Amino acid sequence: MAEINTGGGGGKHDGGKVRSKKASTRVDMTPMVDLGFLLITFFILATTLSKPSSMTLNVPDKTEKVETEPIKASNVMTIFLGKDNKAHYIFGKAANEDPKLETVSIGYDMRKAIQESSRKVPADKFVVVIKPTKESTYRNMVDLLDEMAITKTKRYALVDQLTPDEKKLLKDKANLDV
Amino acid sequence: MTAMTDVAFLLLTFFILTAQFRAQDAATIETPSSISGIKVPDKNIMTIGLDREGKVYFGIDNQQERIETLENIGAAKGITFTPKEKKEFALMSNFGMPIAQLKSYLNLPKEQQAKIKQPGIPTDSTGAAPTNELKEWVYNSRKANNDLRIALKGDNLAKFPAFKDVLATLQAQNINKFNLITGTEAPPAGWTND
Repeated sequence: MAEINTGGGGGKHDGGKVRSKKASTRVDMTPMVDLGFLLITFFILATTLSKPSSMTLNVPDKTEKVETEPIKASNVMTIFLGKDNKAHYIFGKAANEDPKLETVSIGYDMRKAIQESSRKVPADKFVVVIKPTKESTYRNMVDLLDEMAITKTKRYALVDQLTPDEKKLLKDKANLDV
Repeated sequence: MTAMTDVAFLLLTFFILTAQFRAQDAATIETPSSISGIKVPDKNIMTIGLDREGKVYFGIDNQQERIETLENIGAAKGITFTPKEKKEFALMSNFGMPIAQLKSYLNLPKEQQAKIKQPGIPTDSTGAAPTNELKEWVYNSRKANNDLRIALKGDNLAKFPAFKDVLATLQAQNINKFNLITGTEAPPAGWTND
């Protein structure tokens, strides 16, 4: 690229006529190309390549009280989001019926647990209740909502209040003070 | 070399034309990722940010609406902003501080603004307390543009109670539908959207 233009001049010939020196028509483009590539690099780096996506979240109207039929505990999987990306869940029993509290890490294990539980009850009856505790992070909540989309669980609820029974259960079995 | 230069400048033109610049944000927020493929709209969007310490930030996409929102909230709180302050405010993509601090912040030079650690917009767990300023911002921005959609942008490490406060604030105003901004991740193998 950094060529030196030597040709183009008339020069003296042996015994020939003296010609006027012809100026070179070639322009040194090196600085321009350098600048061009610098700008390309800048714009490539400054461009946001992947636009963020968004998930919609619809929450029930608080002012509107709709009387609904209580759901049977045998169809409900309640997932408590604990600390350190761990989740605890009970399935098939209410918190006061001495249920088995399982602990899984949020991710693949959680997904497997949801899928296994959903197979045990009729598809349209399966309900997941997600209860984030104060120890859990926003990421855990989004992950769980995402699991709902992945496992195609149509009926789920995000509930932020724990009943006294559930608090006791978590304290006794998971050593989680919430 | 001519060919290479041609291609280089073609690329340059392309990148210049497609580039979208992001204004400096008040906080760095690392969002969790989800398999959701819905893109965040470019227009008519208000973004409520939640950083890892649970501080709340607020921003609107349109500069004109930012000014209107500021005028509305100023009128409600009895604070008048000078045209210079409004102009300064219009340039902020988001911010996180109580409204009482806003006026003095807007009058600071740019270098000093960057140094200030923003304390976040006050919220509370009921969403309706007089100290809750997020509700005022949401209300007044919707007054400026009724079509504004709400996007929540939370950090991975934000604790759930902080999110709950934001949720309570929105629900107290009867806003029950919003978007959570997430990164994009690939769905597990074999997963189909139906």
